[in-house]
Amino acid sequence: MIRMKNVTEVYDSSDTVALDGIDLKIDEGEFVFLVGPSGSGKTTLMKLITGEVRPTNGTVIVNDFDMSKIRRRKLPKMRRTLGVVFQDYRLIDNMTVYDNVAFAMRVVGARNKDIRKRVPYVLELVGLEGREKRLPNELSGGEQQRVAIARALVNSPRMLVADEPTGNLDPVRSLELMLLFEKINEMGTTVLVVTHEKELVNALAKRVITIEDGHVISDGMDGYYSYDLE
Amino acid sequence: MILSRSGYLIREGFRSIKTHAFMSFASVTIIMACLIIMGSVTLLSFNIDAMIQSLEDRNEVVAFVDEELTPDQAEALRPAVEAVPNVQEVFFMTREEAMDIFMGKYDAALMEGIDATVFRHRFIIHLNDIAQMAQTKSALENVEGIAKVKAHLEYASAFVTLRNIFTVVALVLTIILVLVSVFIMSNTIKLTTFGRREEIAIMKMVGATNSFIRLPFVVEGLVLGLLGGGLAFLVEWGLYTVLVRRVTGAVVGSVITETLLSFIPFSAIALPLLAAFLAIGIFVGVFGGVNAIRNYLKV
Repeated sequence: MIRMKNVTEVYDSSDTVALDGIDLKIDEGEFVFLVGPSGSGKTTLMKLITGEVRPTNGTVIVNDFDMSKIRRRKLPKMRRTLGVVFQDYRLIDNMTVYDNVAFAMRVVGARNKDIRKRVPYVLELVGLEGREKRLPNELSGGEQQRVAIARALVNSPRMLVADEPTGNLDPVRSLELMLLFEKINEMGTTVLVVTHEKELVNALAKRVITIEDGHVISDGMDGYYSYDLE
Repeated sequence: MILSRSGYLIREGFRSIKTHAFMSFASVTIIMACLIIMGSVTLLSFNIDAMIQSLEDRNEVVAFVDEELTPDQAEALRPAVEAVPNVQEVFFMTREEAMDIFMGKYDAALMEGIDATVFRHRFIIHLNDIAQMAQTKSALENVEGIAKVKAHLEYASAFVTLRNIFTVVALVLTIILVLVSVFIMSNTIKLTTFGRREEIAIMKMVGATNSFIRLPFVVEGLVLGLLGGGLAFLVEWGLYTVLVRRVTGAVVGSVITETLLSFIPFSAIALPLLAAFLAIGIFVGVFGGVNAIRNYLKV
């Protein structure tokens, strides 16, 4: 669940206004695409959600945590309600597939018994059964991204946030990944995908929020760039 | 849960030493090198200090007793002499004993006809602090029955100056070495953790607390510090033993060996040295590791 009210983000270092008066509402169980050209403010919006930056003005609420006021000590607790997936996978190179996923559970203090039960289940869910003992660099890009998704899902987060998850993948792998996100969403997790891949967005026919120059310029069910500028 | 978790974190620390073997090796080596240099300077300064101390102890003040007094009367002055401030030890010597020692040093034929009355009864006095020799000398001269006091004031002041200079030099050297060591070590550890920025960022992203991220680094720092400290101790031990043997072996039998080169045996300093090495090793390892990742935790 995300609530943003009149959110402004100004970067001190360059005086750049990345976001300007954003209002946003995403409810539990939704599947939302966040689209927009480079430099539109998508990444800043993501960083507000993950707590990497704080809003200059306005209110950001993510899974009941007020991100404008949250204490640094509370951030880990907040982040455990989120599963985050990045364009570059961000796996730990010297850990096996299994350990990369199990690691996220160890971080939250899960018992070994639970880890042994949960990790194989999630790996199967993302279609990586039999790959447990591999190292990340022995896998294809699509498979690596699935490991990252398994890691994001393993603690049953309330929301999955993916920042350009298909940026390094070919169209077929990209579509497969989107279908996996759809499956995850159908199991009850809120999904927010940041992308600029028009075909994918239109193929899935979900809610699409478009931002440009730090403003929300459209929000609806009618695909990428509903009011196409071109 | 706590137990299984700390077990995991400790294993992580050891795993990390293994996966970052070269950096671990570099850290241990640097810790070792710095400790050996620091330890050697300290041991050297201890030994030189002990030698100066023993030389000081030989520097005695002689208080001659009034010629009119009988040996018994002279010896009765002992409590008054002992009561003088800064007096550590007092030996009484009769004029006959003094003559025997004097004659022993020279050819007996040369001394023919000399009789004990030329000498006086005397007290041989050792002082606590030779820096105050002048004051003690005049205090002794004021004791009733003491005729004259002989003290090598110029030696005393030379020793005091020597010791003062040496203390300052050793202190300055140690401070410089500590600063240099801390600088080198913290940079080495920074280098070892630089490659793990990404790993830490990932941990933060999945909701790891700072203490969870830190603990493996603490374990790692502890192990590397202990290793560095322990190895440095062994090397220092070897160095010290070989050096002492070489130096004393080279000048054996000479006057210098007997008077100047009285080395502190290694066994006497082994325990405090080991404790200091391990403590510094652990401190530098743990503090260096935790300090080096501090910046990466601010995500």
